[in-house]
Amino acid sequence: MDFPGLLAQLLNGVQYGLLLFLIASGLTLIFGVMGIINLAHGSMFMIGAYVAFLVARHWGSLWLALPVAVACGIVLGLVLERCLFRFFYAREHLDQVLLTFALILLFEESRSLLVGNDFYSVPVPALLDFSVPITAGFSYSAYRFAVIGVCLALAALLFWWIERTRMGAVIRAAAEKPEMVDILGIDARGVHMTVFAIGTALALVAGALAAPLYSVYPNMGDGFLIISFVVVVIGGLGSVSGAFWSALIIGLVDTLGKAYAPKVAGLAVYVLMAAVLIWRPSGLFGQQRT
Amino acid sequence: MLPRGRAVIVMLGLGAGLLAVLPLFVSPYYVELGTYALISAMLALSLQLLVGCTGLVSLGHAAFYGLAAYTVYLITPANEARSILVTLPAAVAVAGLAALIVGALSLRTRGFFFLMVTLAFGQMVFFLFHDTKLGGGTDGAFLPRPLLALLDWQLPLTRRQRPYAVYYVSLSLLIAMYVGLVFVLRSLFGRVLEGIRVNEHRMQALGFHTYRYKLAAFVIAGLLAGVAGHMWAMHRGFVNPELIAWHRSAEALLMILLGGLSTLHGPIIGALAYTALGEFAQAVTERKLLVEGLIVLFVVLALPKGLSGISLPRRPRREAPPAPSPTSPAEAHPHG
Repeated sequence: MDFPGLLAQLLNGVQYGLLLFLIASGLTLIFGVMGIINLAHGSMFMIGAYVAFLVARHWGSLWLALPVAVACGIVLGLVLERCLFRFFYAREHLDQVLLTFALILLFEESRSLLVGNDFYSVPVPALLDFSVPITAGFSYSAYRFAVIGVCLALAALLFWWIERTRMGAVIRAAAEKPEMVDILGIDARGVHMTVFAIGTALALVAGALAAPLYSVYPNMGDGFLIISFVVVVIGGLGSVSGAFWSALIIGLVDTLGKAYAPKVAGLAVYVLMAAVLIWRPSGLFGQQRT
Repeated sequence: MLPRGRAVIVMLGLGAGLLAVLPLFVSPYYVELGTYALISAMLALSLQLLVGCTGLVSLGHAAFYGLAAYTVYLITPANEARSILVTLPAAVAVAGLAALIVGALSLRTRGFFFLMVTLAFGQMVFFLFHDTKLGGGTDGAFLPRPLLALLDWQLPLTRRQRPYAVYYVSLSLLIAMYVGLVFVLRSLFGRVLEGIRVNEHRMQALGFHTYRYKLAAFVIAGLLAGVAGHMWAMHRGFVNPELIAWHRSAEALLMILLGGLSTLHGPIIGALAYTALGEFAQAVTERKLLVEGLIVLFVVLALPKGLSGISLPRRPRREAPPAPSPTSPAEAHPHG
């Protein structure tokens, strides 16, 4: 095992973990605040990637993709919350699972209708299409560094929003004791729409950032969705900081596993999750609820 | 949960009779499709013991189904078929053992976590066959289908008769499974499961060790899913990781919801209807998933009790006229 190779894998792991965090944070917020199991969150990631692909193809610039993805995410989140999810907060888990499963089918089919079923690669923006030399014999893709930077900036923004603003306080309260928020007379509907919009936008941004790295292909949301659920479970439901650390752990375990033990890498993440749940059934960073 | 009222029992008997004579009237293609529907019905019925009876929503049930199918593949030598009397018990035993392990671990959690842990275990089994060469990898593998044979004697079947035999074996197993589950649910054990669904804390307060009951239900459901998986291997003679993918588990849940959560025959109706709708969708349009997605959406939004929850019209009392449905104004007044 050579050192530059290991360093590259570590950086890849961090970058993958941070992307997972963008998806998982929306998932955990949506579950924490509204109690919704959103299987369609993976489709949001997929839509983000295809938005990036379409923007890059038609306008020739991947830079535009980020603001477009954010805008699409906010609109999509608002529409879905207002027209569909709002009616499912009090329903059984089973209904939520099937509703969001139906959404996956619909989004996938619309994707196939609009763009087709081919693989497409998305070019890295020219400005970032070079490698940053780190040591004499080792350099690392500038685009991946940029992805790490953007993800970290978004994570910082998210933590600031949740820990320092008034709405963040309401969100934390709602994740802890939703009845209390109602009793205090806070209008939960606005909070729900905001959380949904932001969670969805984060998933779309993650997709847009991932498009040049993983290219875009049918059902690409599936794998990311399930790994993100693993992140949420290990991190503890509703905990954004838990999601952050567990996303990094999962990103590193999965990337290093694929690099050094490809036979068992697919299993490693799930074994880790099972072990965590046996050891601490509410996740590593979640509060132990009775 | 149990069939109530003479009308329902008569209808169920009629339905079973209809399924029994169906192959006499349709082309071989539809016999094969019917076999597939019956296998799906077994899978959904086994899951119903968890979802509808005990209130445990599992998203990894296809793992036991797929494991059973792969077991048939793994114990069958390359060029020689084995008797169903060997393959069926082996497949079911492996599925049950896996269910015991997965259940013992995942039942430590509840609600959302249970859903996720079962999903994760399902994915583990998926990747076990997807990433390794154990069962042909991603491409899957063909296998000699199990024979209807006893020791040296083998049921003499021509190539054309065989699908019919498999159809009737599946139908018998499905009916046996249904009747067996009726007896299970009528017993004290079944009552406890129902109590757990309604209020687990109360059952604990009454002195029932609910974990053991849930684990027993999980293992039985796994065994029965194994029967379904075995029949898949016997029907298609092909296994691939798609059998275990979480989409299959979600489909089984969907069949349950489509047919009705609160009856034991709901999943069977759901599975038959789902297969028929899928076939219909494929015939009408290339966009099969679109149709399926819309159907699911409709069922979740408008038909929470499923197809079996639609009650027969029994002389409706005059009430306020029903409000026109906002979703389908075109259908609300077909004659107006």
